[in-house]
Amino acid sequence: MRAAQTVLPEAKVFELERRYPFLFRLSGRQKFQRLVWAGSLILLILFSIWKMDVSLAALGSGAAKLGWMFALLFPPAHHGWLDVFLYALLETLAMAFLGTLFASLAAIPLGFLGAKNIVSNSGVHFVIRRFFDVIRGVDALIWALIFINVVGLGPFAGVLAIAVSDMGVLAKLFAEAIENSDKDQIEGVRSTGAKRIQILRFGILPQVLPVILSNSLYYFESNTRSATILGVVGAGGIGLQLADRIRINNWDEVGFLVIMILVTVALIDTFSREIRMRVIHQGRTRP
Amino acid sequence: MNPKEPSKIDPVIHFESVHREGKRTRRKQLLWFGALFAATFGASWAVAEISLEKLAGGLPGIFDYVAKTLPVLRFQSLPQDMGEWYWGIGKWSSLLVDTILIGFLGTLLGVLGSSILCFPASRNLMPNRALYFLCRRLLEIARSVPELVYALLFVFAFGLGPLPGVLAIAIHSAGALGKLFSEVNENIDSTAVEGVRASGGSWVQIVRYAVVPQVLPNFASYALLRFEINVRSAAIIGFVGAGGIGQELFFVIRQFVYPDISAIVLLILFTVSAIDISCEKIRHHWIGKEQLL
Repeated sequence: MRAAQTVLPEAKVFELERRYPFLFRLSGRQKFQRLVWAGSLILLILFSIWKMDVSLAALGSGAAKLGWMFALLFPPAHHGWLDVFLYALLETLAMAFLGTLFASLAAIPLGFLGAKNIVSNSGVHFVIRRFFDVIRGVDALIWALIFINVVGLGPFAGVLAIAVSDMGVLAKLFAEAIENSDKDQIEGVRSTGAKRIQILRFGILPQVLPVILSNSLYYFESNTRSATILGVVGAGGIGLQLADRIRINNWDEVGFLVIMILVTVALIDTFSREIRMRVIHQGRTRP
Repeated sequence: MNPKEPSKIDPVIHFESVHREGKRTRRKQLLWFGALFAATFGASWAVAEISLEKLAGGLPGIFDYVAKTLPVLRFQSLPQDMGEWYWGIGKWSSLLVDTILIGFLGTLLGVLGSSILCFPASRNLMPNRALYFLCRRLLEIARSVPELVYALLFVFAFGLGPLPGVLAIAIHSAGALGKLFSEVNENIDSTAVEGVRASGGSWVQIVRYAVVPQVLPNFASYALLRFEINVRSAAIIGFVGAGGIGQELFFVIRQFVYPDISAIVLLILFTVSAIDISCEKIRHHWIGKEQLL
């Protein structure tokens, strides 16, 4: 397979090395820089290990226990709980669907409020944008814990958690899309004597609707993934079943649930990609 | 195929019929979509146990809850009030450092794992289909299981503390980064690969001298982005007992220690955004350097 190699004569190599020394070895400064980088990295790793109190004994015994646990995961079995698990999965999907829907519905007016070309007062703009930042900065799992305290355990708390945390993200994305919308179209509508609300409806909304749709779909996909874990803190769905099965050491059922999660996430990924492609495609080809 | 010549059809009639056809199919699609949407909505509403009464009853509760978490800050005694609000700042900072270190070690191990697996998982570099397929599936499984699930399993095996958090984040990031890394590998300029192969380089030498120099800046940028994400996850993963500030936050939320909730949440927000901003600076610095070459 290998082609005949042409070997450079030694004199030629020396000649090259003399003319381009930086290709052959590092300068003193580069060496020093690399040494400092490597040294600080190693120090940081050692500090982390010391700070976290990681011991080899704990690692060893944990690994042994993990191996034992892993063996118990197989073969995965549902032991007659299949209908309960499937319903929990449905609950997870319902949480993701409604959470995303409520989030996008709430984010549309909020997005208009947060867009600089709609609300031009920079002080108000700043406050609204920081409000979005705080809401989306708090993770859905924290929101779930808070909503459990408010509406009790169950999928409803999960829906609210997804809706609120995604409302912040989507409002920011929508506001940016509105800010980037084409001015000509807005001026065209304005020139016909349209009122403010008509400008929003006919000048801006058609431009940002594809962005809103594709982002909502994308977040639905990502929310099915986060909805699987919201149950771990008690917000319903398949995560609740998973945490329960781990608590009572039914490892073959844990294996079954993990596989169910894997399959669902893969299916949703495929479907959502298909739909998003179609939405984007339609948006592009429609005259 | 076409029985009529195009010129013989009246263009207006032709347009009208096409337009009507398009309108009809669009209306049909909309009807179908609307029905599907309504059905999904109704089913989800029932399954998710949504009740407007509960929401109406709970909605004031939410504002009440947020109001209760807010501290009492008086202008006259601001330093004392701040001190009272952040009474646990010493303990919390130590836990925050733990969280950042969990994110750091998790990212590091994840980068290590993914940079080993990403080269055989690149279609253009791996002639052995079986090995390629195996590495791809391995990365897929690693990233499809959420971190929190790994954390739950590892907490059971390794006990409470930061170690299960590090491992959970490491495995999930290895999967997520492995996918991105192998995509970078698949987009490289193949002339360098051919050059090293022509001079008799082995597979490892091809990777080292033809691929790595091309992909390293991208890898570093993705790894840094992952570090930002992982610090967020590390703060959350403590909910199931995997160490860091999350464990403390879970405790104060469960015990209804209201002012502590807002104190810790704000601390997390502040830390995460500080890390985001500095990482973004570094990344832009690298990208800027790349574009000059």
